[in-house]
Amino acid sequence: MNPDAIIMLIVSVAVLWGGLGAAAWHLRRSTAYQEDEG
Amino acid sequence: MIPYLVALLCAGIPLLFLDYAIGHRYRGSAPLSFRRMARWTETLGWWQVAVCFVIAIYYAVIIAWAVMYMFFSPGLAWGDDPKGFLFGDFLQLQDEVTIGMNFVPGVLWPHILVWVATLVIIGLGVAKGISWANKIFMPLLVVMFVILVAQALFLPGAVDGLNALFTPNWEALADPGVWAAAFGQIFFSLSVGFGIMVTYSSYLKRKTDLAGSGFVVAFANSGFELLAGIGVFAALGFMAMQSGTPVSEVAAGGVGLAFVAFPTIISQAPMGQLIGVLFFGSLVFAGMTSLISIVEVIVAAVRDKLGIGRVKATLAVGLPMAIISTLLFPTTTGLYLLDVMDEFVNKYGILLGALVSVVAVALIVRKLPRLSNHLSAVSSAKPRTLWMVLIGGLVPIVLGYILIADVITKSQETYGGGDYPDWFVNTAGWGMAIALVIVAIVLSLLPWSKRVDTGFDEDEEDRELAEVVASRDETLTTGTRIEEAEL
Repeated sequence: MNPDAIIMLIVSVAVLWGGLGAAAWHLRRSTAYQEDEG
Repeated sequence: MIPYLVALLCAGIPLLFLDYAIGHRYRGSAPLSFRRMARWTETLGWWQVAVCFVIAIYYAVIIAWAVMYMFFSPGLAWGDDPKGFLFGDFLQLQDEVTIGMNFVPGVLWPHILVWVATLVIIGLGVAKGISWANKIFMPLLVVMFVILVAQALFLPGAVDGLNALFTPNWEALADPGVWAAAFGQIFFSLSVGFGIMVTYSSYLKRKTDLAGSGFVVAFANSGFELLAGIGVFAALGFMAMQSGTPVSEVAAGGVGLAFVAFPTIISQAPMGQLIGVLFFGSLVFAGMTSLISIVEVIVAAVRDKLGIGRVKATLAVGLPMAIISTLLFPTTTGLYLLDVMDEFVNKYGILLGALVSVVAVALIVRKLPRLSNHLSAVSSAKPRTLWMVLIGGLVPIVLGYILIADVITKSQETYGGGDYPDWFVNTAGWGMAIALVIVAIVLSLLPWSKRVDTGFDEDEEDRELAEVVASRDETLTTGTRIEEAEL
């Protein structure tokens, strides 16, 4: 792959999959989620 | 990718929060939620329901095609000419563009099965039907697509496809049409603006972390789209290499991509039959979960308006829809009707409806501060000023631009580039779009069942919500103290 495409792939993965990971982690820690689970 | 990511962050997620807030706060289907928010906006809710009605009746036939192609894949039934197979043998598309009822048996039977499955799932309810179906279909969809993407990445030429997908075209960023396409895609992908998220969020518990869940939903959805894009473009790169043409010329999109380009790839690729079963199977599962969500909008609205139970509402709504859908789409002219209705309901149903709704909520009834407070009260993330600016400012401007540009385009040339007669576009396109608004107005004038409380006290709701959240936080604080004491 060309360098520009690699950078764009990394940015896309970071934003979307990284965003998903961060959002899921944050949700697990939220009070509403904790009450639901516990 | 850049316009797509910007659209997700600046419009998709804010609009998702708006739909969540409306459904969760006013706890009703789209028409009931809007009515409780402000009486006259009930029409907007019915407009969204009418949009869902139109989408549902043509969407089912696409799932039926995918079902059949899943069975065609092991035997590569399309042979050497996937295009001829699709339009000739399978759809038996006639040359004359009209609205006819010459049924195609090979499409008719799976079409009926799709409707039966959909109505049974919806009739079973949120927990036993919709939730159960999603718990099975969604993981299967993810697993199937991950396998598909993994296989596609090892095809010769896959890297060319990935370069086509990810290489930034900086000049294209100056093309307003590219931004319009990105915003449109995010809109449809997140199912915002046509009642689905309003309906689904009305089923959530009072204490649900709306914004937190919303971020997970949005990023999961787009994350999966990224995965799908990688798989699809890797496969297109393979096809481009085989045919000796650039990736950009291999396939446009929609029907051509899924049912012509992909069969070509399946025929040529190593383990192509497996790729085919996985790809079309994924389309079936994704399509079913979407169709269920769309039909649920209508069933919920009818339940609320008439005060009737789920099964009755499912039959009252679902049977006529299934019949209309079956009469119009598994036919030798179904594809023409689908194409025009899809184009116009997306632009002048979903986008125009969403524009009017956002303007109404943000600028006329001015509910954004209330909804912002509601979201912030229950959520770990707090959508405040930035959210209100995006909803009340950016989104209407972008939607307005997309629609004005489209009206200008369509006024200069009839949709279809000459393939469709004017009467056909005027009836199935413009006529259908206008009819949606008229139907919405008429439905909003009908009386509500006496069993349904259409009133809403905003201050009372805020007080109750504050108590609920306070008791939740106290319970957790007490639990934490007990745990600490035990340690």
